[in-house]
Amino acid sequence: MEDELAASITIQGAVWGGAKAFTVTSGPGFSLMMEHIGYAAMTETPCVFVDVQRGGPSTGLPTLPAQADMMQARWGSHGDYGIIALCPNSPQECFDLAITAFNLSEEFRVPVMLMLDECVGHMTEKVIIPDAAAIDVYPRRFTHLPPGEFRLFEPREDKVPDMVRAGDGYRFHVTGLTHDERGYPSMNVDTQRSSVTRLLEKLQPFTGERALSETADLEDAEVVVVSYGITSRVAQRAIDLARQKGVRAGKFRIISAWPFPEKHIAALAPKVKAMVVPELNLGQMVHEVERAAAGRCKVRLVPHAGGTVHNPEAILKAILEAAE
Amino acid sequence: MLTEIRIAGFGGQGVILAAAVIGKARAIFEGGYATMTQSFGPEARGGSSSAQVILSSEPILYPYITRPDILIVMSQEAGARFIPELKPGGILITEQELVRVDHMPAGTRAFGVPATRLAEELGRKMVLNIVMVGFFGAVTSLIATEALRQAVADSVPPASQKLNLQAFEKGYEYGASLIEKLREEGETEMVLSFESES
Amino acid sequence: MSEQTLEIPCNIPADAVNPVEPFLRMDRMPHIWCPGCGIGTTVNCFTRALIDSHANLDKVAIVSGIGCTGRVAGYANLDSFHTTHGRAIPFATGLKLANPELQVVVYSGDGDLFAIGGNHFIHAARRNMDLKVICVNNLTYAMTGGQTAPTTPSKVISATNPYGVFEPAFNLVALAEAAGASYVARWTTFHVKQLSRSMEEVLRKKGFCFIEVISPCPTLYQRRNKMGDGLDTMKYYKQASKIRHGAPTAECDLTKSGEIVVGKFVDRDRPSYFEMLNSQMTETLGDRYAEPEVMCEQC
Ligand SMILES: Cc1ncc(C[n+]2csc(CCOP(=O)(O)OP(=O)(O)O)c2C)c(N)n1
Ligand code: SF4
Ligand SMILES: [Mg+2]
Repeated sequence: MEDELAASITIQGAVWGGAKAFTVTSGPGFSLMMEHIGYAAMTETPCVFVDVQRGGPSTGLPTLPAQADMMQARWGSHGDYGIIALCPNSPQECFDLAITAFNLSEEFRVPVMLMLDECVGHMTEKVIIPDAAAIDVYPRRFTHLPPGEFRLFEPREDKVPDMVRAGDGYRFHVTGLTHDERGYPSMNVDTQRSSVTRLLEKLQPFTGERALSETADLEDAEVVVVSYGITSRVAQRAIDLARQKGVRAGKFRIISAWPFPEKHIAALAPKVKAMVVPELNLGQMVHEVERAAAGRCKVRLVPHAGGTVHNPEAILKAILEAAE
Repeated sequence: MLTEIRIAGFGGQGVILAAAVIGKARAIFEGGYATMTQSFGPEARGGSSSAQVILSSEPILYPYITRPDILIVMSQEAGARFIPELKPGGILITEQELVRVDHMPAGTRAFGVPATRLAEELGRKMVLNIVMVGFFGAVTSLIATEALRQAVADSVPPASQKLNLQAFEKGYEYGASLIEKLREEGETEMVLSFESES
Repeated sequence: MSEQTLEIPCNIPADAVNPVEPFLRMDRMPHIWCPGCGIGTTVNCFTRALIDSHANLDKVAIVSGIGCTGRVAGYANLDSFHTTHGRAIPFATGLKLANPELQVVVYSGDGDLFAIGGNHFIHAARRNMDLKVICVNNLTYAMTGGQTAPTTPSKVISATNPYGVFEPAFNLVALAEAAGASYVARWTTFHVKQLSRSMEEVLRKKGFCFIEVISPCPTLYQRRNKMGDGLDTMKYYKQASKIRHGAPTAECDLTKSGEIVVGKFVDRDRPSYFEMLNSQMTETLGDRYAEPEVMCEQC
């Protein structure tokens, strides 16, 4: 395609044509895709956006790492809507979570963001690719109803509607305007409330039971390092060093960053002295951690403006100070 | 144990491929772990090129090298820039006709190979990177020779496999006889296998 | 490209080291371009055009997008803007509207101006916005590794078409003419004299002017297509190009290794954007219309 604006809407045409589709970009292109991330959310088009985060704003640091698009991934398009965002920390996870991203996009009919950083994006490591038969694929939930009975935006019990494909005789209508269950423009207060509310509510499971995370050493932890992406690997070194120094540090690695796993953080907060949040930005996900912890433990940001990863010593220092 | 390696030279010498071969030998053919990162961007084109490889028997966390245990340099500029970063007691491997070494950290064990010339003897200058890999295998004994050989075969297009394997052997033999010579001359310090040191 | 260096113009002080130096930010040298790259040659020509046109350099601004060519703005010792990918023309439009006495030059790559920025190009030409657009066409997205651009000819091997390009490419000069440009020319980096003359000409001409410069990217395009180095490309340009001033632009398609028609194809006078604005508003509003005074004298 000629640019990211085009790519981000081309994939959606492909999805309504019956394919699974994704697009890949970095900061400036991600900014251009925002309009169509909103379109995908509004039209409940299952698709995947991969953003390999570089230092920003604007052209910033092409080909150097950052994690400063996290809030943009969640809030970048105008209006109220929800998305799912996943943060791999290795080439293997890029592979595995790409599959998960497609599966979740189909299950919830949402755009799913795969939020890499340049370090993970350009890294070369061993990747084990399973047999195709061993890969779980969530098939598109095509309706079983015949044309005439089917309503494109009529939610099932899980608040997610079934899909159809162009050319199958349904003569359906898709619009970015606020629409009713038939998909027809219905620009009034009631439809706006019910449809936009549903766009957010269908993703509620990710704040708790469906959230993806990786934890270690939480049982006795006094300080928990909350991190994601490449920073989680750097943080692990700091956690190990802290344990060697006798500080009981634990790990909470966020894998699904949006919706934010707030129930897990909220449950952990009263059990620990502090949460330390290193990220390759000047403070983004730390606001979510603070919100979920709600004052029941200290929350400490370890910021980094990007261009490289943290020095593990900086995270260690924060852990040691937080343990005091 | 972590082994940190930097490979550097100028664009077009196949620096990244050499690094990928070493990483692949450890991660795929020896069943261990390796992580490779490289510098990208406009300055990486035409000009300098550098890759970092970390080898380990366990999963690797921190993705960048801090101070290389082994430095492989294929250009004067790369030498000037990276030799001072070498860990004391580390191994320096140079393309000896392209890099003149004036200073190096204390205790460095340095090995040179005329890789470009050896590659030219095979008729293709472009395989100098694989000559370097063979030489690296022989002087460090860090990775099983067979694993390196397999990694070379696995990393190049089928049409140039034979040539690259020849390049590997050529570099390897040059390294092996250099080590043999040093041993005969009683330079045992130099020939201690890398792993037994750390 | 030593054989292509420009003669030293006579109006340069004897103590100047290099005639182009005053026009470049020497503190930013060395530049990032690869050996044999054509972009530097075009910059030499542009410098020469600035000298010969006796332009007041304080009143010339240069706007680039993103790419290897996009870095030109950063090396020119003028008011310069390195904008975002594809948006040099709309940025330049704003600059010109706010400060009409500026001579605004857009200097960017083929991918930047015709893929992501293609829409802006045709609209600025349609409006006959007073911009001088210089496109270094190396037939690829060079900075990002040699992907297929809308200018890449059929059959060419690129990073994204390893088995050969099959989409037809834009004919940039025909596109510019059809969209309404006042001036359209094409040269190669072999034609340094003609190119600087063209550049000088557009610095004096009103309206939307477009110069396409076919230029080698030895590192990616030429290497991948086994077309040799910068010098081999100069030989190819010399042998394959045919000067045909006034040739119908529709006949000027580029192919992988065929003829390159060069020359000045269009030189016409159309009312500029400002003229059209003023005439329409005067016609409608008469005395009630005051020409825009966007320059703030106090600031
Ligand atoms: C929105 C956006 N998308 C993609 C890029 C990456 N990018 C940088 S330069 C470039 C292409 C440049 O091609 P061209 O304009 O032909 O310039 P050249 O490097 O060939 O001179 C691209 C796609 C970017 N910077 N911003
Ligand atoms: S990559 Fe191509 S266009 Fe860019 S500087 Fe090098 S030769 Fe020039
Ligand atoms: Mg180009």
